[in-house]
Amino acid sequence: MTETRTDCEIDTTQPGHAWTFGDDIDTDQIIPSRFLVSTDPAELGGHAFNDLRAEFASNVEDGDFVVGGHNFGSGSSREHAPLSLLGAGVDGVVAQSFARIFFRNGINLGLPVLICPDADQIRDGDTISLRLTEGTVTNHTTGQEYDGEPLPEFLQTIVNRGGLVQHTRAKLGGE
Amino acid sequence: MTGQTISEKLLSEKSGQNVQAGDYVEAAVDVMMTHDVTGPLAFEVFESVTGDDPELVAPDNTAITIDHHAPADGVKAANNHNIVREFADKYGAHQYDVGDGICHQVLVEEGFVSPGDLVIGADSHSTTFGGVGCFGTGVGSTDLGTTLATGKLWFRVPETLRFEVEGDLPDGVYAKDLILKFIGDVGFAGCTYKAAEYGGSAVESLPVHERLVLSNMAIEMGGKAGLVAPDEQTVEFLAAQTGTRPTVPAYTHPDDDADYEAVYRYRADTISPQVAIPSNPENAVPVQEVVGTDIDQLFVGTCTNGRYEDIRIVADIIEAEQLAPNVRMVVVPASRSVYKQMMETGVLQTFVDAGAIVQSAGCGPCFGTHQGVLGDGDVCLATANRNFPGREGSMNSEVYLASPATVGASALYGEITDPREVALNRYDDSVLEGVGV
Repeated sequence: MTETRTDCEIDTTQPGHAWTFGDDIDTDQIIPSRFLVSTDPAELGGHAFNDLRAEFASNVEDGDFVVGGHNFGSGSSREHAPLSLLGAGVDGVVAQSFARIFFRNGINLGLPVLICPDADQIRDGDTISLRLTEGTVTNHTTGQEYDGEPLPEFLQTIVNRGGLVQHTRAKLGGE
Repeated sequence: MTGQTISEKLLSEKSGQNVQAGDYVEAAVDVMMTHDVTGPLAFEVFESVTGDDPELVAPDNTAITIDHHAPADGVKAANNHNIVREFADKYGAHQYDVGDGICHQVLVEEGFVSPGDLVIGADSHSTTFGGVGCFGTGVGSTDLGTTLATGKLWFRVPETLRFEVEGDLPDGVYAKDLILKFIGDVGFAGCTYKAAEYGGSAVESLPVHERLVLSNMAIEMGGKAGLVAPDEQTVEFLAAQTGTRPTVPAYTHPDDDADYEAVYRYRADTISPQVAIPSNPENAVPVQEVVGTDIDQLFVGTCTNGRYEDIRIVADIIEAEQLAPNVRMVVVPASRSVYKQMMETGVLQTFVDAGAIVQSAGCGPCFGTHQGVLGDGDVCLATANRNFPGREGSMNSEVYLASPATVGASALYGEITDPREVALNRYDDSVLEGVGV
């Protein structure tokens, strides 16, 4: 699990295993449409990548990471996609680039999403960790460190608060 | 300062400050939409952020449809429908039920959207509203759920890619072929985080039902919005749909010296009918490259090409004919209104006589769970917008995307067929004048 999130702090995640995927992984492949009848993260997590990589849901461990190529999370706006990854215990998604709606949904749910041009150097099963404020990825298996793009500060605030719901509550509460 | 794009002008208006691409703004949202798949999650968010005294910030401008799992294909889907009905009833949102139609079509028909509006929908094809001059964009359930409570949402003002097409479209080439061509040229992610603007004489000449096709599929190049500057045709179209003549705000038109990230220019007469081959919408090729590909199923419908004019083009081709042996055709009108127009003009009869299956209005097999999903090895030619692996069923099925004309022509032969081989019609927005619905 990530360390306790408080404003303007964190943000080194614990190391976890990488599950790597290619380019243009669309949200139909992250969570097929027939499973969208639920909003329960754990139930959705049990079907994450169901058709694309059947062993994912049963073998993923809390604190693992999903690593994508270009345009990760394209297609449908279904927030069930990042929610299923959270439900599966995933601590963050690193990709060379993201589709816009998935990226936004990840932030809104408090799922760390990190754009990292060198994500293709991460191999399936490598142990990695993320530093969100600096936007870097450490590969503990190879000893490499990759530079990514840190989120703008106000988006970090949303992630740190645990997502847009908590952020909006805080704002509506006059903060 | 250089001029502004439509997106920059519209988001300046909605945020109350003069913005340019790259700025982050909080903007006032005019219209909010969700449906039976993204709605239940959005409702949880709404009730979570509003606490003890939940109230929709703008119930009159909140619309919720039941269109994806419609009719319900299982108990869980049916329960979600009830969640939609109960939420709409409790908080006073406009709700459309099974068979009323696809969210994007319903919002246009029912007069929710007017030129210059900022529209968010918890559905990625909410870019459709750009066809009538709205900044329409798809968001997730959390964005939608919080905006239901606050009426405001943050946006990054997008850079804009402009697509200009000059001249007259050749026979067999429709808006669907243009957008497949654009997607093929810039790529599936080529417009990510950006807006598309469509212009030039060929686009200005397009009837509004065709402009909606261009805007709808902006998302298939990653676009945040896909905008056509509204004009007199837009006003006439919306007036015919809703009985009210909207005004066209000045901020829906780009400045002549607007700063575009790139401008793609086309001559209409060089574009041929396009087909996107499996399994990515960016795989657009001229139809002649895939002529002869065997097909098992034809699918006519969706928020892209499920309007009356689209379906009529197919009906014109297959009228008094039979579908080729061993192919099946699934027709799903985009709305109940389209369904009634099909009934009143004899189009429904044409399909039934030809051996096609006509289903109630909704998303149909494009949602991939029901009403004609594909089995292992099946090949489908669809007027739809996505052909990802498994999108319409089996991961081992294949979907080709094309215009209604190409689908209609192919229905006669059971293989992908160049639509220019058959007699084709092209309809302007007035084709339905005199048809009572």
